[in-house]
Amino acid sequence: MIPAISVQLAYLAAAVLFILGLKHLGSARTAPRGNAMAAVGMLIAIVATLLKSGVVNYPMIIAGVALGSAIGAVLAIRIQMTAMPQMVALLNGFGGGASALVASAELLKGTAVGGSVPSVAIVLGALIGGVTFTGSLIAFAKLQELMRGAPIVYTGQQFVNGLFGLGAIALCGLVALQPDQLPAYAGLVGLALVLGVTLVIPIGGADMPVVISLLNSYSGLAACATGFVLGNSGLVISGSLVGASGIILTKIMCDAMNRSLTNVLFGAFGAVDATAAAAAGGGPERSVKVYTPDDAAIVFSSARSAIVVPGYGMAVAQAQHAIRELMESLEAIGVKTRFAIHPVAGRMPGHMNVLLAEANVPYDKLVEMDEINPEFPETDVALVLGANDVVNPAARADESSPIYGMPILNVDQARQVMVIKRSLNPGFAGIDNPLFYLDNTMMVLGDAKQVVLGIVESLKEI
Amino acid sequence: MLDNPAVALTILVLSLFIGWEVISKVPPLLHTPLMSGSNAISGITIVGAILAAGAATVTESSWLGFVAIVFATINVVGGFLVTNRMLAMFQKKDGS
Repeated sequence: MIPAISVQLAYLAAAVLFILGLKHLGSARTAPRGNAMAAVGMLIAIVATLLKSGVVNYPMIIAGVALGSAIGAVLAIRIQMTAMPQMVALLNGFGGGASALVASAELLKGTAVGGSVPSVAIVLGALIGGVTFTGSLIAFAKLQELMRGAPIVYTGQQFVNGLFGLGAIALCGLVALQPDQLPAYAGLVGLALVLGVTLVIPIGGADMPVVISLLNSYSGLAACATGFVLGNSGLVISGSLVGASGIILTKIMCDAMNRSLTNVLFGAFGAVDATAAAAAGGGPERSVKVYTPDDAAIVFSSARSAIVVPGYGMAVAQAQHAIRELMESLEAIGVKTRFAIHPVAGRMPGHMNVLLAEANVPYDKLVEMDEINPEFPETDVALVLGANDVVNPAARADESSPIYGMPILNVDQARQVMVIKRSLNPGFAGIDNPLFYLDNTMMVLGDAKQVVLGIVESLKEI
Repeated sequence: MLDNPAVALTILVLSLFIGWEVISKVPPLLHTPLMSGSNAISGITIVGAILAAGAATVTESSWLGFVAIVFATINVVGGFLVTNRMLAMFQKKDGS
């Protein structure tokens, strides 16, 4: 047992370590130290809590920590880098779920008095935590392809969601005023869980970076709410740091698609476009030029510079190692090769960077959109690997396109565009891509990994 | 500990500003590790879970606390480990 003031100081130390840790995450060199600092901060907070007066049931605590550590460690060690978005979604869900459970435990303890700050915080913790829990599980299921990734929409969906939302707010008010009304509280938790599902099912795979960022923010805010419940400044500080982090990433993702958060959350992007794409297909006859990996190798052999634009397709085909081999082959014959990374390429912020780092691509070769866009006109080959919407020139030119106004990588300005694609079907969002029909575009159809390895083989024979 | 809600609110707002300042400087290169790392930090709710589960008399709220400990520990341990794994991959390319 240690004095209460020591426990509070320990929480302060933990909060300082979290802030320093996040600060160190700002550069690749210092980031591992930053992560370690944050982990030490967490350890300090946990140990201090264990020594707090009133904490006596150690067997139950140890059992919970052991079980959670085992599950967490297995997940972290087993997960493939391509599956990182669903891993983060899952972890978010557990964090939100834990906060909702803590809020509920406090309510049952009867710590809350009607109308007081703790009871307001309890309902917020339960609401945000509950939504985060099921919302993250749905995001996980979509990313893991346990359920259809495409938006699930039905007539009156927004009305139903609005009704659920209003119901949740009403129950929040009721429980905050009368925390002893257990049925009302149970209703609130149930509604929060339902709301998490109904809010995420209409959101398509391509919009997942926004959703994951937002759920990340929610998990922080839920922890923050439990901080208010317990009157614990450590939780308030840590929770709001994570909340801020998620909000920033959400904003960056929305800006990168030139869409508002409301539009991403309620626009059901990609659901209605299938008909539009079909209509577009019936328009004037346009042809694509299909080539083989051997043809691609010949183009590369006479090039001096190349920019690779990876997308979700690279992750699906696990092609990151193959593309690194291609990069090495190209550099060996004197082709300057770099990677252009669009902020929303993949299914979460930074998804492509992690995959390429896994494949040992040096990170000074990964260039951000604004920096590399002026260089496309001077580039011999732009290789599009499993990306679609982020290189669609319609975003620049066609005001009727659903993605009009979205900042894109200007691959069409390169002397030669090479698109590796599984088939000629429209992309995930069902939006037609005029890039495929350009005179300077050559399509190489097939599995991204096989095609890239094919190019590498051909390059050896040239 | 924080009996005055205005104090807690002050801490909240100031922390949001610190978070905004610190995290705005993280480059897109590291956005995924940032997310998984900050995610692990949100597992701080484990503090509340321990307080709920550690009470002397075992009640319903102890069991809720127990489940909360499991969830939060998965969040914390999984988050920090997977972030470490990712950052190690960024590391070996340093200077190459």
